[in-house]
Amino acid sequence: MEAAMGLMRRMPPKHSETALSALLTLLPHHSSDLLSQVDQPLQVICDVDNGKEFILCEYNRDADSYRSPWSNKYHPPLEDGAMPSIELRKLEIEANEVFTIYRDQYYEGGISSVYMWEDDEESFVGCFLIKKDGSKTGHGRRGFLQEGAWDAIHVIEVRLEDEGTASYCLTSTVMLSLTTDNNAAGTFSLSGSIRRQMKMKLSVAEGHLCNMGRMIEEMESKLRNSLDQVYFGKTKEMVCTLRPPSEVVHMKLPDK
Amino acid sequence: MADEEVELSDEQKKEIAKWFLLNAPAGEIQFVAKDVKKILNDDELYHEAASEAFPQYNKSHMICIEMPGRVGDVIITPFNELEENEFLDPRTAQVAIIDNIKQVCTEVRHALDEELPSAYVEEFRYAVDMEVSRYVGEAYPKGVCSVYCVNGKDAEGPESDFELAVVIAAARHSPQNFCNGSWRSTWNIEFKSDFQSLEIKGKMQVGAHYFEEGNVQLDAKHECNDSTVLQAPEDCAAAIANIIRHHEAEYLVSLETSYSNLPDTTFKDLRRKLPVTRTLFPWHNTSQFSLTRDIAKELGIGK
Repeated sequence: MEAAMGLMRRMPPKHSETALSALLTLLPHHSSDLLSQVDQPLQVICDVDNGKEFILCEYNRDADSYRSPWSNKYHPPLEDGAMPSIELRKLEIEANEVFTIYRDQYYEGGISSVYMWEDDEESFVGCFLIKKDGSKTGHGRRGFLQEGAWDAIHVIEVRLEDEGTASYCLTSTVMLSLTTDNNAAGTFSLSGSIRRQMKMKLSVAEGHLCNMGRMIEEMESKLRNSLDQVYFGKTKEMVCTLRPPSEVVHMKLPDK
Repeated sequence: MADEEVELSDEQKKEIAKWFLLNAPAGEIQFVAKDVKKILNDDELYHEAASEAFPQYNKSHMICIEMPGRVGDVIITPFNELEENEFLDPRTAQVAIIDNIKQVCTEVRHALDEELPSAYVEEFRYAVDMEVSRYVGEAYPKGVCSVYCVNGKDAEGPESDFELAVVIAAARHSPQNFCNGSWRSTWNIEFKSDFQSLEIKGKMQVGAHYFEEGNVQLDAKHECNDSTVLQAPEDCAAAIANIIRHHEAEYLVSLETSYSNLPDTTFKDLRRKLPVTRTLFPWHNTSQFSLTRDIAKELGIGK
């Protein structure tokens, strides 16, 4: 397992699906460990009841079926599939509605799904998923990307504490890849995945959804920022170490 | 495949092992190899996979290996490969015998006459090597380069065609800073006597891997063409070095532009920094949304 995780940290993130399926074939007896520890790009299917797409993950899966957050039905149909309590389902419906608007405001497209389930009497878990195809042919508004994918997975554990407070533990993963391609600059491709955790103890006066939402919003901004500033920045730094750009400046002078 | 569900054949396992090895980022194949070996748990099979993958990886990454006896470095490329483990270093007229898996040079021998280009070609090759070396010394803090004759090495005079390949490689490995990277460029130069011209085809490839609490990789490629006139070796060499310098400098600028475009254009198509409303999402007041939706539903608009 350790070696498998080591490989996943080195393989190009845009090939993570291939890498994972290769590991699954080599290590069949570790398949459940691999599937739970290795993040992979999200898959989407269509809810037959209303034609809306929803995201598949371990948290809405029962046997080989996946529960849609829109119709609350399993696809393909499954008798006695696990369901959240009526109360939690109410929160799930609301979370899906609000998260759709949140997603639209930040992503200008994409697909989102929220799943909730009871952990024990005092706690429940929410899983907030976003998938965005930002390519020209997908939902890329500006048409810069030949290929562009963003997958965000936010899993948040909520535990009720004393005196109207709750503790929230959020684990977020973002996987992305983007490629631009043009005659002048060639192919330029960045891909990556990072995971971070955030813990908070908050008053539930404004409701769980409000608390969870704020944490996710803060976390997404942090992740986006560190990808942009730190991670992409470090690769740029590397390029400039290999071939420092100062040379460009004094080389252009004699030319013109 | 009939036995797919039973057990993976050794051949399939080997192919998977090779896939991992070949996809190792610059400078990381030894780390990947360690993990692959553990996962395969079959030394013989691992060795088979490694002995097929390493030679391919070393050539495509154009790794640089030190020759014993302070002779210099040899670059491992498809252009100077004599045997799977023998690579010519034209600058010293030596042949390096290497261990592909350990990525070291075990011994060197003098190149045979038939492994070297004719005096006519060598004059051009040598001149280009001098000029390009000077350029690489100026432009790359840790760059290496070499010039090979890849076609028509026995050309004897101005009536015959031949082709040189210029290879430039720079790699930086700093695992303590969680960062590795490599720049590779190859320039194929066809000397065409009919047209008294040089046709130049360039390929540049840059990779970088940053892996502190994450895994982010850059993979960038660019190809370009150029040409110049056939002249005396020194003049040809100066022209070639200038063309290479010009295209590589231009490419670096375009890479920097790609990076500076990220925050406001390219990355924005994945996720905006701020919502379209330019204020943080109103989580405290989400009831407004269901209200507007209810109205929309009643009026029969929206989804």
